[in-house]
Order: sequence, then structure tokens, then C-alpha cells
Amino acid sequence: MNTSQYTPVLLRSRPDRDYKKLDTHLAYGGMRAVRRALRMKPEEVVETVKKASLRGRGGAGFPTGMKWSFVPKRHDKPVYVTVNADEGEPGTFKDRYFLENDPFPVLEGTIITSYAVGCHTAYIYIRGEFFKGIRVMEDAIKQLYKRGYLGKNILGSGFSLDIYVQPGAGAYVCGEETGLLESIEGKPGRPRNKPPFPAVVGLFGGPTIINNVETMADVRLIFDLGAEKFLSMGLPKDGGPKIYGISGHVVKPGLYEAPMGTNLKSLIYDYAGGIRNGKQLKAVIPGGLSTPVLKPDEIDISMDFDSVRAAGSMMGSGGIIVMDEDTCLPEVLKRVTAFYHHESCGQCTPCREGTSWMDRIMDKIIAGKGEKGDIDQMLRVAKQIMGKTICALGDAAAMPVIGFLTKYREEFEAYIENGGCSH
Amino acid sequence: MTIAFSEEAEAKIKEYEKRYPTKRGALIPVLKLAQKEFGYISQDVMRLVAERLGLPESAVINTATFYTMLYKEPVGKFHIQVCTNVSCYLNGSDMIVDAVREKLGINMGETTPDGMFSLEGVQCLAACGNAPAMQVNEDYYESLTPEKVVKIIDELKQKGGDQ
Ligand SMILES: Cc1cc2nc3c(=O)[nH]c(=O)nc-3n(C[C@H](O)[C@H](O)[C@H](O)COP(=O)(O)O)c2cc1C
Ligand code: SF4
Ligand code: FES
Repeated sequence: MNTSQYTPVLLRSRPDRDYKKLDTHLAYGGMRAVRRALRMKPEEVVETVKKASLRGRGGAGFPTGMKWSFVPKRHDKPVYVTVNADEGEPGTFKDRYFLENDPFPVLEGTIITSYAVGCHTAYIYIRGEFFKGIRVMEDAIKQLYKRGYLGKNILGSGFSLDIYVQPGAGAYVCGEETGLLESIEGKPGRPRNKPPFPAVVGLFGGPTIINNVETMADVRLIFDLGAEKFLSMGLPKDGGPKIYGISGHVVKPGLYEAPMGTNLKSLIYDYAGGIRNGKQLKAVIPGGLSTPVLKPDEIDISMDFDSVRAAGSMMGSGGIIVMDEDTCLPEVLKRVTAFYHHESCGQCTPCREGTSWMDRIMDKIIAGKGEKGDIDQMLRVAKQIMGKTICALGDAAAMPVIGFLTKYREEFEAYIENGGCSH
Repeated sequence: MTIAFSEEAEAKIKEYEKRYPTKRGALIPVLKLAQKEFGYISQDVMRLVAERLGLPESAVINTATFYTMLYKEPVGKFHIQVCTNVSCYLNGSDMIVDAVREKLGINMGETTPDGMFSLEGVQCLAACGNAPAMQVNEDYYESLTPEKVVKIIDELKQKGGDQ
């Protein structure tokens, strides 16, 4: 397959252009999308995004235009927009790229979104570790204010908007949309019960739209290229391009932009150059750590939200982790259980106790003290978490455990038997 | 001990306060600022922040203790945070951790006796495409090898000694 036919429109960075400067952005079509959107009625903006079949890139793939239309027409509290730049799902590294290298498309998307839903204060919630991304974003916002793209009466349209950078402080669960809202309010980032959904009661009690960084860049693209063009770059129910991050044992790890629905096998072998050192493939996590693992004979699938689900996993964030034949899967699973145990916010018993229990069993197995019943015990614990928690972190912790233990059961049994991996 | 915010910090706090419709909204940005000013979030710092923002101390404690980047204890002048999550593990993060441990003679969660370096294992830093990765204070280091790590530490030592 020829991967060079496609010209990236999202990953447009090149060493000779500093897209962190507004002038550079303007020289290459910058702010055109904002101008166009501000000439439309807010409802038309929403309709355009619906027509483009954009689905949120934060993990769940929820239709963006539909989400926006949940904001009630009448409300007595201000409407807010928050951009989710908390990127913490292991295996995911696409949003950091925008924050550090190309902030304006994200900000254009934020302006357009705010205009569409009647918001005058937006927050970009940036993961605390991203010091550079925070600095670049703050500077980009400053540049926009200076040139009249933010503040009062933007470009004479009568629409006013303030955008603030909100730094996180180290908690994966704040990437969950309601945990994020709690965090902006200055509280511990413990997710809220839903309903009410944030579009109705969100930040400081006002209707709130939460969208991912890449989603915002896509919103800009829709108004830059037109909804039809955007739609044609993906699938009828899942429009646009997608950024896939490929890491692990591949020849060329990195970010790849490709049409939504590009074949997973092709992404690994054609785009990322296949498995390193001529090794065989053992396992693929298709969309960030929480998405169930796929075996080598399961990866000839289209990478879009519906197809990966049909294959028994999820596209999630599009962060693909590739493991070769020498990988010790119990060691990998130990990293998985440690992560969710560490990140559980603790307010639901099944998640708090379950993640801790699974991690303790993995500790025991890795220490060479595993017992025969451990695998079934972990599966029971994982299944007890599923569907019984306030936020999706619980399921996210359980699904990869179930995936690894059922698909690679023999390897885990052998590890317990021998007290380690054979190679 | 009485501590106070610098004039510079005070100006920033005023700016933060304007961003939110509630007093508590400014809490996390102010805690981060306080950490920059005082090194870590001690009891005294929490009290100062509570007083300055007009919040109950319990609210400040509640929030400060939830977030891992708000240090409740001092960390080294250079806080080395090695990613130990899956993509980095697949690319040899264990060897990176070992290299730091050997070089500095400290384990995870420890600080060197001179207070210069501390070591911590952290979760995915969103640098998986250039794994293994680590963060030292505000800076990222990617595509690491044990040799590179030793060199980085030597350079930091130099820098630390110069200040
Ligand atoms: C535990 C947890 C962590 C999450 N982390 C992120 C994140 O870092 N970034 C993100 O955009 N979405 C994250 N999400 C998904 C958000 O809750 C939300 O669905 C998303 O931000 C909506 O944006 P979108 O519609 O543009 O995808 C997370 C969800 C859960 C349950
Ligand atoms: S599922 Fe876990 S992380 Fe989510 S609210 Fe419950 S305890 Fe917290
Ligand atoms: S797993 Fe280490 S940076 Fe993502």
C-alpha cells in the first residue's frame, strides 16, 4: 500500500514553519474557519458539524454536533466550554503534539464551539505535567487577544469570548469529563454521578460542553475545508481524518494521520514499518491501555469507532501499542493493574477494592508466588467491577484484565507454573 | 513560621481570582503557584492559601492531598520522574530506572542526602512514540538509553552546583 498519497491536514508541522506564531498560522489559512463560522447562525454551525459526522476523539466517539445540541435553549447560568487536554491514557500522545507545536487550530475550534453553544468563558484543561504545552497555549491565547480574535466583540461580530488555560495537578481521573469539571472548580477530581449530564448541569452549575483537543482541531477543519470534504475524508457515520499514535515494538513509532477507518494491520505494517528486528507480532492494544488486547489474527480491521467495537475492543484514543513475540505479557498486565490501582479516585467500592485486589494478585504472580486459582479470581474481580461504578475508569480497569487473561490464558498459566516468562 | 506570597505571586493570584465565579475556582492555580514559591505544600502553605483565598482550611487540605503533583513533602532540586507504563516498559524503562538508581544510589521514592536529586516512577507521560521517557522538573527527556541518562544526570549536577 502507498501511504504517501494522503497529505496530512492535522499533523502539518514542519521544521521550517513555526506554527506557534500567529503570523505563520495566518499565512497558511489560519483563522479562516473562525471567520466563516462567525458569519453563520449558531444553529447553522451545529448543523454543519452534524453534517460532517464528527465523533469525539477523546475516546468514546460520541457525535460532537449532537452533544452540542443538548445544551438547553433556555438557561439561567452561563454556558461553558472546556477543552479536554488532560491526555493521560497510556499509549496516547497526540494531544500533546498540538499543545506544544500547533495550538491555533485547537483554539479556533474552541472559538467556533463556544460561538455555537453561546459560551463566553472557555477553559483549556491541560495536564499538569505538560509545562511546555501550558506555556505555548498561554502564549497563543495572548497573541489572539492582541489581534482581536479573542475578548470583546471578536472581529466585529458582536460575539465575545475569554479563553483561560487551566493547569491540572496530577490525576488521570481528571480526564474523565466530570472529574475535570470538579478540578476546575478547585476540588478533588472525583467524577460526578450522571445524570444530570454536563451539557445540562456542568461547570459551576452551568450547561457545559467538554471536547477533546483533537476534536477541536477537527471542528476547525470542518469550517476550513467544508463539511462535505471533511466527511469524505472518513466514513459516512464517522467523518474526517484520524491521528493514530503507534508505539511499542514497531520500526517507526510515532503519530500518523490517516483517513478514519484505515486498516489496523496496515497502520502497523505500512505506516509504522512493521515489527522491529524481524520479530513476529504477539499482541496489539488498539486504542489506549483500557481497550482490550487483540491477537495477531484479529487486526485486519478498520480503525473506526464502530468496527473496533464489533471486533470486541475499542478504538478509544487511537493509541496503538504493539508487542512482539518476546513480550512477557504478565509483566505488561502488571503495569496495567498498577496504573488503575494508582489512579482510582476511590469513591466507588467496586473500583477502589477491585483495582487494588487485581494489582495485589499481579504482584504475587510476578513475585513467582502465583497460584492456580489466581487467574479465575482476577476474572471474577474484574467482572464485579464492570458496570457498577460512577465513571468509566472502573470498566477501563476491568476490560484489559479480562482481555489479557482470556486471550492469553496459557501464557499466564505457564508463568504461574514456572514463576516467570520462559524467554 | 510566617510565610508570605511575593509581590509577583500576589499579582498573579489577583489575575486567577478573576477567572472563576467562585473563590474556590482559583485554588489549584494558587496551590501550584505556592509550590513554585515555597518548594512544596506544607501545612503552613495550606494555611496561607486558605487565608489568602478566604476558604476553609479543610477545603484546601482536601484538594491539595488529592493531586500527585502537589508535593506534601520536599522533593529533590531535580525531581526525576521515569515513566514505567507499558510503551516505556516495552522499550526498556526498567533499564532506565536501574541506571538512575545506580548513578545516584537511591531507590524509587528517595532523595539523595544532599537534596539534589529525587527519583519517582510515574505513569504515561504521553511521550510513548519516543519511549522510554522521563521528566525532570518541567522538562521532558525522550528516546532514552542508560548512557544518555547518566549524561543527563551529570549535566544536571553541574547545573545544580553552579547555582
Ligand atoms: C478515566 C477517564 C479518563 C479520561 N481521560 C481523557 C483524556 O485525557 N482526554 C480526553 O479527551 N478524554 C478523556 N476521557 C473521556 C472524557 O470523559 C470525555 O468523554 C471526552 O473528553 C469528551 O470529548 P470528545 O467528545 O471530544 O471525545 C476520559 C474518560 C475516563 C473515564
Ligand atoms: S469508577 Fe473508580 S475512578 Fe471512577 S468514580 Fe468510581 S472510584 Fe472513582
Ligand atoms: S508509556 Fe511512557 S510515555 Fe507513554
